[in-house]
Amino acid sequence: MNARRILIVDDELSVRGSLEEWFREDGFLVETAEDGPAALRAMDRGPYDIVLLDLKMPGMDGIDVQKRVREIDPAATIIILTAYASVETAVQALKLGAFDYVTKPVDPDDLSNLVRNALRTRELAEENVRLKEKVTELTQPEPVVAVSAKMQHVMEMVRTVAETDSSVVIRGESGTGKELIARSIHAQSRRRYLPLVAVNAGSIPETLLESELFGHEKGAYTGAQYRRKGKIELAHGGTLFLDEIGDISLKTQIDLLRVLETHRFCRVGGNQEITSDFRLVCATHTNLEKQVEDGRFREDLFYRINVFSIEVPPLRERPEDILPLARCFVEKYARAMGKPIGKLSPEAEAVLLACRWPGNVRELENAVERAMVIGKGPVLDVHDLPVTARNGAGDEPPERSLSAMEKTHIARVLEDSGGNVTKAAKVLGIDRATLYNKLRRYGLKR
Amino acid sequence: MSAAIHVAFVGGQAPRWSDALLAGVADVFPNPVRTLAVPVELAACFVPSRRQHHAALVLAALLRHLPDPTAKVLGIVPVDLFIPVLTFVFGEAQLDGPGAVVSTHRLRTEFYGLPSDEGLLVERAIKECVHELGHTFGLVHCRVYDCVMHSSTAVDEVDLKRSELCGQCASALEARGWK
Repeated sequence: MNARRILIVDDELSVRGSLEEWFREDGFLVETAEDGPAALRAMDRGPYDIVLLDLKMPGMDGIDVQKRVREIDPAATIIILTAYASVETAVQALKLGAFDYVTKPVDPDDLSNLVRNALRTRELAEENVRLKEKVTELTQPEPVVAVSAKMQHVMEMVRTVAETDSSVVIRGESGTGKELIARSIHAQSRRRYLPLVAVNAGSIPETLLESELFGHEKGAYTGAQYRRKGKIELAHGGTLFLDEIGDISLKTQIDLLRVLETHRFCRVGGNQEITSDFRLVCATHTNLEKQVEDGRFREDLFYRINVFSIEVPPLRERPEDILPLARCFVEKYARAMGKPIGKLSPEAEAVLLACRWPGNVRELENAVERAMVIGKGPVLDVHDLPVTARNGAGDEPPERSLSAMEKTHIARVLEDSGGNVTKAAKVLGIDRATLYNKLRRYGLKR
Repeated sequence: MSAAIHVAFVGGQAPRWSDALLAGVADVFPNPVRTLAVPVELAACFVPSRRQHHAALVLAALLRHLPDPTAKVLGIVPVDLFIPVLTFVFGEAQLDGPGAVVSTHRLRTEFYGLPSDEGLLVERAIKECVHELGHTFGLVHCRVYDCVMHSSTAVDEVDLKRSELCGQCASALEARGWK
């Protein structure tokens, strides 16, 4: 650990000398200054962990020196030392940001504790800065690939809205990356050091959603053995991401509207009002306007949440993003799986480009992940890709007949079994002869 | 490093526990430890406004009687010591220098309204003498709570620590050429 540095500013030689010796014995690197101008010159040789400053000095007094020291090093930890104690000067020094104030002569135990506390506070402040940097680094969402003009426009809107506290509705087909966009908004907002709490309203039964959002008190209902904070409360200071907002019931819509208007709510089974300062970002794959027309979504809530709307285009409308996304996923899974696969073959890239990707980015990612599991060489090739991708799934609506589905399924299992008919038959639960018959019937090759 | 350590009992005769103190110091430092008679006048170091003795003045007076430039001199005084910015000090030393002074005033149990306890006084005095001498050999305060070089600003902290150097401080001394 580097030695800590202290600057002692006092016009009395005996005080400077004794403090210098005291702090040197404590392992500090000590600098001294006999007056304000000398202190400011010494600041150029800083920074110091602690500046111990006499309040009454000829010429420039301690308060003036304190102001100038602060200008030079806003993070300086200043302890005021004076023989003339007065509440006014103490308050003034503290208002100007001094760490503390002691009167000469000071009890050694008090000085020792004061310096220890000042150092600890400084260390915590420095640690806080480091942790914030780390949090920013760790909470950066996966980069949004936005090569196409459409996605660049989306990202422009993200940057614009991130600076505000307005509610946002992110619309788009399933798998287009709406949550990633929500995380991107949060990560660029002033709320980024506090949590983004995500709730998928579509995946939680209506009976549980209320408790999930608002929390509950002990005994609120059978099985509520403990008080539990809801997602809205947990999102205090941060962002609440409510996915599939179009799926919530009219009753919960009323409760949500009230929270959005007042930022106050009660836990289920409780009567104590809780305040939560959160920013709401919603997502939906449904047409909310249509739901309002049909009376399935409250109009007042719609206008409350739809302050800013971002439409994430489906992947088929932005083919320029397909290959950059695919390359991004190759890198991601190569890292995660520890495989030395670095790129896609030109043929594989052509297949990916030809596909319509009805499941959007999620489907593309799954296809690449699956190919990475199978892939052996340094390059992902066409045969590593799933059959659906190779067949350009989504070009036409998939055949729904039982035989078509059987054909696709057999082809997939056979491929997963590396062309081994015995293995594939075992997986399919049929004997080898039956499988051979089916392969012949569907024109499938091993 | 074979600098002799000269222990001077200032402000009166050497107490009857002086041999125990010298032995305690010699247990930690392998240097020759011997007593030194010095004609230091404590009254000259008294500051009436503080009703205490100025540690730096006592130290300066002691250093005028340093037997040789390589030696260390440790003064032991029965009076209360201070440095201008602090209400009191148990002792004062020159970091990596020749001189140190220790006050037994606040090491006595009587100071705290308790019955006299000479054994405890000797124990405390040995710790403070070793501590201040440690500074003269270049050691700074140690974070190990029971190392003799741990900073003590109250007598109960003196009681908590041992009279020996911790491994790290002993190594630091060795690194400086002290065996």
